[in-house]
Amino acid sequence: MSPQTRAVESWTLRPLTDFVREASVRLVLVLTPAGQVLAQSGFSRAVDVMSAAALAAAIVASTGELARQLRQQPFAALSHQGPKTGFFLATFVTDRGTLAVLAAYDLDVSSLGLVQLFYEQLAADLKAATPKGTVPKQVLAADFERELTDSLNTLFGR
Amino acid sequence: MSKALDLITRVRGVRGAMLVSTEDGLVVAEQLMEGIKGGAVAALAASLAGRLGRAMEAAGTGTSVFWHLQAEQGALLVVPGDASGGILVVAVAEPDVNIGLVRLELLRAAEAVV
Repeated sequence: MSPQTRAVESWTLRPLTDFVREASVRLVLVLTPAGQVLAQSGFSRAVDVMSAAALAAAIVASTGELARQLRQQPFAALSHQGPKTGFFLATFVTDRGTLAVLAAYDLDVSSLGLVQLFYEQLAADLKAATPKGTVPKQVLAADFERELTDSLNTLFGR
Repeated sequence: MSKALDLITRVRGVRGAMLVSTEDGLVVAEQLMEGIKGGAVAALAASLAGRLGRAMEAAGTGTSVFWHLQAEQGALLVVPGDASGGILVVAVAEPDVNIGLVRLELLRAAEAVV
């Protein structure tokens, strides 16, 4: 296991570790569309995880609404490529509801094709690893800050 | 582009041919027999092209113009992007294919797509 890959929900760890190794991505988040992080790889600061999760959740929400207004199914994936770095954001449905994966990769070590290829494997592995017959825990407003702190502590091994 | 691929796939023993974007590893055009995972071959071939290119550069040999990877049940033949303006020309073939002929058609296709 890469020392930089950590998970709040342990069933996400193996698929994520494999994805990071095979797709050669630099940063990855597995999160719910609400922005709750299940696992991360490559981040070194909690504030970066929180920012990335919030932004990814906002993109999922806005593209989902755009698709709804166009009377389309939600977009399967979104890719943005800059001169040196690419971003890939995609959602898929599991028994525990919809999950999103945000990945950032350097163009000199990976590519969109490679990330797409191994994302399909990641989504399949996460669907297969999802605990069956359990309901995702709802985070109540009163517990939100404690839940967030606990999650970030887990994600950064504190 | 499809004409360029036609010439490659007409060679006896070639199971498919693709044009692949070197930069992002995505398929630009393809003519493949059923069962060949074009997207996977494209992504992995482009990744290999990048790594081989850096290895050749480090070894001081200059850029590669053709590779042939022989496996038990087939072969992968590639003219990498430098010769064809950022497009990899890829052929998937039977193990006993006429390598010289496929190489010739790959190089012709690379010239045609520039």
